[in-house]
Amino acid sequence: MKQLWTGNEAVARALYEAGVSFASAYPGTPSTEILENLTLYHEDMHVEWAPNEKVALEAAIGASMAGVRSAAAMKHVGLNVAADPLMTLSYTGVNGGLLIISADDPELHSSQNEQDNRIYAKLAKIPCVEITGAADAAEAIKESYYISETYDTPVLFRMTTRVCHSKELVESGEKTNFAPIPYVKNAFKYVSSPANSRKKRPMVEERMAKLSAYSEQSPLNTVEDNGASVGVIASGVSAHYAREVFEEGANYLILRCTYPLPIEKIRAFYESVETCYVIEELEPFIEEQLRLAGMQVIGKERIPVMGELNVDIVREALLGIKPVYQEAPAELVAPRPPILCSGCPHRGFFYEAKKFRDLIVTGDIGCYTLGAAPPLEVTDSLVCMGASISMGHGVYAAMKKNGIEKKVMAVIGDSTFLHSGMTSLLNSVYNNSPTVNVILDNRITAMTGHQDNPGTGYDLMGNPAPEIDFEQIVRALGVKKVRTVNPLNLADVRAAIKECLEFKEGPSVIISRWPCALKRYSERDLNEFPLEKSKSVVIEEQCRGCLNCVRTGCPSIRFDKEKKKASIDSYSCVGCGVCIQSCPFDAIVREGGNK
Amino acid sequence: MTKSILFAGVGGQGIVLASNLLAAALIESGFDVKMSEVHGMAQRGGSVTTQVRFGEKVHSPIIGKGNADVIVAFEPMEAIRWLNHLKPGGTLILSTARIPSSVILSGAMDYPEGIVEYLNEHADLISLNAQKMATDLGNEKAMNVILLGVLAKILELSDVDWLALIKKEVHPRFYELNAKAFRTGYSFK
Repeated sequence: MKQLWTGNEAVARALYEAGVSFASAYPGTPSTEILENLTLYHEDMHVEWAPNEKVALEAAIGASMAGVRSAAAMKHVGLNVAADPLMTLSYTGVNGGLLIISADDPELHSSQNEQDNRIYAKLAKIPCVEITGAADAAEAIKESYYISETYDTPVLFRMTTRVCHSKELVESGEKTNFAPIPYVKNAFKYVSSPANSRKKRPMVEERMAKLSAYSEQSPLNTVEDNGASVGVIASGVSAHYAREVFEEGANYLILRCTYPLPIEKIRAFYESVETCYVIEELEPFIEEQLRLAGMQVIGKERIPVMGELNVDIVREALLGIKPVYQEAPAELVAPRPPILCSGCPHRGFFYEAKKFRDLIVTGDIGCYTLGAAPPLEVTDSLVCMGASISMGHGVYAAMKKNGIEKKVMAVIGDSTFLHSGMTSLLNSVYNNSPTVNVILDNRITAMTGHQDNPGTGYDLMGNPAPEIDFEQIVRALGVKKVRTVNPLNLADVRAAIKECLEFKEGPSVIISRWPCALKRYSERDLNEFPLEKSKSVVIEEQCRGCLNCVRTGCPSIRFDKEKKKASIDSYSCVGCGVCIQSCPFDAIVREGGNK
Repeated sequence: MTKSILFAGVGGQGIVLASNLLAAALIESGFDVKMSEVHGMAQRGGSVTTQVRFGEKVHSPIIGKGNADVIVAFEPMEAIRWLNHLKPGGTLILSTARIPSSVILSGAMDYPEGIVEYLNEHADLISLNAQKMATDLGNEKAMNVILLGVLAKILELSDVDWLALIKKEVHPRFYELNAKAFRTGYSFK
């Protein structure tokens, strides 16, 4: 039976069918659902969340060395974190086949940057396989493991947002059983000492030559000859856009093994047509290699290097045909940016932090990035996972050297802290900067859709797991001042910030602990937190229209400009009580007079 | 001929369930189907869409400007935001209940007036207050299935047993509510 599956669901199924028995990942849009869907097959494989992508890949390398087929999945920026093991993994090669699944995010739907990770394949000198959509997954995954084991190499399996999150009809197949390859001690292969790696370096080049020969014959690179004079070379989801633009009016060479390229196969295709287009998202990765090989293809001179492609962009760029559509007047629509949800525990923290003037607040990756957005506008910076704490230290140390004693606060989520904030905090201890470091612990990895992490007490399978203690970790790292607060208690938050800003003997840590309002509460949450709350309501006669509650940025609060009164939408309010505390006129109370 | 349906709304309105039900119906009718969704940060109260395309053979999973045969807008401003994707002469199904965005809630901007009037002049408009109709049925959240009912009527997928699909997709506790919601939408004139 055919199923309508996202690329992520289809890749998960394909990994199962290929006999994979170990997979690890750190959640990251658009890759997250690959591991979530692998839990369906948990009886046949070990699946787990790792604290970060480097750890996930290293665990997968260990599994490969142990002789099983393994995979590590991550979003594009995750591969930056995992780049260190990747580069040397290229030298050691594999025992059981190993795939690194990279989900790139052209158009930055849910990312801090845009990057084309196919370039990592070139840098690491390993093969790159791409798919056009979910329907390709089964064959491409199976072939990738064949490549990995035949050529003793990890394979970079590259997807993009539209491939991950678009659904296509997929026929599921049977599982192939993969018998583990016995592990044999082999220091030359697995110990990358300079002496060994120097000898293996030429082997990497030899492998590239063999892979080039493979690519020429690979079933992944397919030609569709429609007897046309126009040729289209495309990879990824762009192949679908190309087909919709040219239909039967072009010949197609769809590349799924995009590194190394089948140059001679491409040359034969190129010479068989009069005009040859290369349609690929982001960098001219294929195009540049073809130009080097002397082919005058048409690509990025017309097709943008930025953002996603779509049918309209390809049609206009190559055929000069603009889409016909109407545009409504701009005054009929207001922006609708993402905002912290009703009852979000981050709100109370940011609302209080905003009252401290002359504070630089370095931010991090997670829902709390929205602490930079109006009306809170607390956060000053965002770079990458873990950067808040290390940047905060840098800001403090640089200003101090210039004679300015600056108040610096870093804000980071629970999962992000465990991902790569711990070494940053160690740095602040070691180099002695009195920054205030706030762990916004909402008891879950929220933004990617609520995944467990080492702080939640549950593993990927939902089984109880050791729950790490943030306070113990930060104390072990050498932090002398630690305060745990309930972010729904504004007075407590304020006192903690004040106290920590006054503390000058090294960095301090505030752990702001309350579960995400959208979380499906675990047994542990229900035991720890009084989560049943009655909703908040405005007593209209007492409201003076001061806007304090509006400044919390809660989407349940509405302000009537005519009446100059606030009101609360009882449907969406979860009763967090932050607005009650923000009101200087006691005009907001709990429904039914409850506390 | 490939047909395209675009669902536009606000995070949390249930557009994914509505589009999943539509996709299931289309598969049952024997079409090739592709569907695209948005995940991640955009869902946090932001503007969201899902896109469904069907036909004998579908290529692109996403809908271009001026290419949607039907837009199902769960909110008036979202209808305006995505109007540029509507095919000239295409149908727009609109739920008229407003969901102010953060800039409007805070009083920094006003909710734009005249949206429904504008859409009435510029599209083949079917408008209803699905939110209110769903609340009358017992749960505001069923608005998605009311709108699906309206869409189902237009698409004329005669062989589809919609109620059986709903039964498969929703929690048994919510089946009766959703079946009522579907019938309400389907019989809307």
